[in-house]
Amino acid sequence: MNTASNKGWRNDANAKVTGRTKYTDDLKFARLLHAAPVYTDHVHARIIRISTEDAAKAQGVIRVLTARDVPGSNSFGQIIKDYRIFADDKIRFNGDVVAMVVAETRDLAIRAAALVRVEAEALPAVLDPEEALKPGSVLVHEGHGSNLVNTHRIRRGDIGRGFGQADFILEHEFRTQSIEHAYMEPEVAVSVPRQDGVIEVYGSMQHPFSTRRFVAACLGTPLSAVEVVGTPMGGGFGGKDDTAAIVCARTALAASLLGRPVKLMYRRDWSIRESYKRHPYRVSYKMGVTRGGLITAVQCRILADGGAYCSVTPWVTWRSTVQCCGPYVVENVHCDTFGVYTNNVVGGAMRGFGSPQMNFVVEQMVEIAAAKVGISGVEFRRRNMVRQGSVTITGQKLDTHKVAMGEVLDAVLKETSYEQKLARCSHGHAEGDELYGIGLAMSYRGVSLGAEGVDFCAAVINVQPDGSVLLEVGVHENGQGAESAMSLLAAEELGISVDRIRYRRASTSTVPDSGTTVASRGTIMGGGAVTVAARELKQEMAKVASERLQCPAAAVRFEKDALFGQDGRSISFDETIRLMFQAQRFPYVCGVFKAPRTSWDEHTGKGDAYFTWVYGCQAVELTVNKKTGKVRLLGATAAHDVGRAVNPEMVRGQFFGGMAMAAGYALHEEVRSKDGRITTLNLNTYRIPRSSDLPEMTAIIVENPDPQSPSGAKALGEPTTEILAPAIANAVFHATGRRELVLPIKLTPVPEEFPEEECRL
Amino acid sequence: MKLHINGCDMEVDDAMGERKLINFLRDDLDLTGAKNACDIGACGACTILVDDAPSKICIKRVKDIAGHRVLTIEGMAAPDGTLHPLQQAFVELGAVQCGFCTPGMILVAHAFLLREPNASREQIRKAINGNLCRCTGYQQIIDAIERAAVHYRRPQAKLNPVDQAYAPISQP
Repeated sequence: MNTASNKGWRNDANAKVTGRTKYTDDLKFARLLHAAPVYTDHVHARIIRISTEDAAKAQGVIRVLTARDVPGSNSFGQIIKDYRIFADDKIRFNGDVVAMVVAETRDLAIRAAALVRVEAEALPAVLDPEEALKPGSVLVHEGHGSNLVNTHRIRRGDIGRGFGQADFILEHEFRTQSIEHAYMEPEVAVSVPRQDGVIEVYGSMQHPFSTRRFVAACLGTPLSAVEVVGTPMGGGFGGKDDTAAIVCARTALAASLLGRPVKLMYRRDWSIRESYKRHPYRVSYKMGVTRGGLITAVQCRILADGGAYCSVTPWVTWRSTVQCCGPYVVENVHCDTFGVYTNNVVGGAMRGFGSPQMNFVVEQMVEIAAAKVGISGVEFRRRNMVRQGSVTITGQKLDTHKVAMGEVLDAVLKETSYEQKLARCSHGHAEGDELYGIGLAMSYRGVSLGAEGVDFCAAVINVQPDGSVLLEVGVHENGQGAESAMSLLAAEELGISVDRIRYRRASTSTVPDSGTTVASRGTIMGGGAVTVAARELKQEMAKVASERLQCPAAAVRFEKDALFGQDGRSISFDETIRLMFQAQRFPYVCGVFKAPRTSWDEHTGKGDAYFTWVYGCQAVELTVNKKTGKVRLLGATAAHDVGRAVNPEMVRGQFFGGMAMAAGYALHEEVRSKDGRITTLNLNTYRIPRSSDLPEMTAIIVENPDPQSPSGAKALGEPTTEILAPAIANAVFHATGRRELVLPIKLTPVPEEFPEEECRL
Repeated sequence: MKLHINGCDMEVDDAMGERKLINFLRDDLDLTGAKNACDIGACGACTILVDDAPSKICIKRVKDIAGHRVLTIEGMAAPDGTLHPLQQAFVELGAVQCGFCTPGMILVAHAFLLREPNASREQIRKAINGNLCRCTGYQQIIDAIERAAVHYRRPQAKLNPVDQAYAPISQP
């Protein structure tokens, strides 16, 4: 099979290991101009005047652009159109860009940017989301009427009765921090005016179609006058959505006005200052449990700091709401979620998308509850977790796919010898300086967009007269290996060698708008479309071949680059294609995979939120140094049901990368600010995990092909990064005896002997 | 001043000495494998080898390589395109995702294995400590370096790409 014989295959790996891959900043164009953004020191201010004369006169400067130069719309957004190409009326956070200098070189543009003068009336800033909700608070967007971006709610059962049935009621407050995607490649874009009037955009972004909407709206042109070309990108992790699109739009604007190619390459400090982050959350969580270890009720309040612009805050917080009880059956749930505007950096999409925050809460709450009841955390989870046919807290019956919660949990327990190691944990007491702990966490996760959006995807297979195959899919290569997975699926379905397939350079002008490559939807949606397309192509080919093979079309088998009849007769793939052309039939198909129906009632929080779910469990071992509080990770193990592993080495890569990101989230990553100005502006102060921070990791791939997914594959990009932080928190508890309810976990030296009541819980 | 880059000798005007090395390589020579991701020497994406030692060139000048032997990622594969065994291991073991850190990572690993062909896994982990990767969690990168180390232990192996003499390597 292709998937086995091409283990680890990537269509782009050879170019990447030899340095031949051309990322956006590596592209060169004749008469290329360079741009630099202009920021101000303000956090919240009313703009009075922007003076660009001095900058415009500086050496090498071609033009200085502000909001006044935008011919189309200066405002854009996927949900609320409050993002600005350039700040016009107000500065709403410290990363707002008021102008852009375009010059002959990047250095000259940066030098001149300092000469733009902004006169503005400073306004009081609101930096605390709780304050922002109070009546009379400073408003970030006056026209919006309040700082409330959105709410979501769940009302299930009767929480009064639920808490009445409980023997114990546990209540805790959790806080999580703002973190940066820290893709290795900062935002960058080049726009090139073409002779046919089209603006061609190359950029580091994970959503060519959404970028095209931003650009076309900014220029005031139809979508067909903008062509966004897929370009190799140095990581996205959900972070190259709105901000990246704005960077693209600014270059398109300059290129369109000046008639020359324009590049805007972000410095790391600009990137961290301006790009949106993972939302910081405050969560109040109350859980009722019986002596028998059953959850009777959950009440929670979720507050998300959305920062200065809406971005996708309503969608992020929706996932948090739907998954607010983790993978547990709870009959009585009352959840209120608030997304809030503040003058902080924007909160937006980041790998996990509202689940890492909630899992940090839920997966500690279940262990706290288990301890209260007097059973192990694992046993508590088993008594409450979703099983085949369970009904979720939004009323969705889990019966369309294999519910593998127990399977992934068992896999991790076995691989790590969890129960034996749990018995060896220090709980604050150890002979030497190192306290030992093991901990785990698990989750289920709704796949793809769910009831958040319209979800469908296209794939075009265009077989050439010589039998070679061009493939293009409406998902984007973010670095994860999407193009390779799509190619492998096409090869497998068509029974041909993957070497036949060329993945076309993606362009918004050649494949239907299939949405953004987010929500771990690439493989399930793109792979679904590829599989559907390949099946349609096979039907056409079988019709042509059936006469030669003397068998009905439906009985034709595709394997080994050939078509086989029932009696062993065969005809080569190439010959069949030749016959198709002869018969005036193009071997060209556009396959479409439409996500099965989902539903949602915003008032009650009821609905079939996602058409399928994935299940994952991770465990981690660590030590905590008593004297320094330093945490050392010793090993981490993950099991995820991915539906089907299309490209196993790449699947493992998603496991490890996701766990690494979560380790940083748990232990040291934090976008720090002072008075609304970010202070961790480069990779020396914003510290992502280094190789020596991480332990050896083990990936257990569980495969239960999903009946509703044409390829059988589901999702794994985000599940892998949403549970290691609570696993670490649980392991820290088993090591120290102290609960850590705030991220990142900052441990102070552990007292030599600390009595039970000193435990924070 | 005289420069030796990827086995080629070249002479540039002394006035070029103050130019940022990364801009010289990327813009003037189109050797774009070295990436500028932080501009302060914090991430390692711009790493090249100078006399077989890793150098973060976003904080270097052209004069810093005058008279020294430079290897960039573009010089790692054989002239006929055959991958260096270290590159081959990266491809086969899934060590490449977005690829932005890959050139620097391969060069750092190459310098390390030339020096320490018998390194333990833990030593490899430490050796790449200065090069950041956000995609992989480093696990498969370490796997790849560990596998490639076998080749560096062969007494006859010519693994310095400047020799351009290594043969295609079959799987160990």
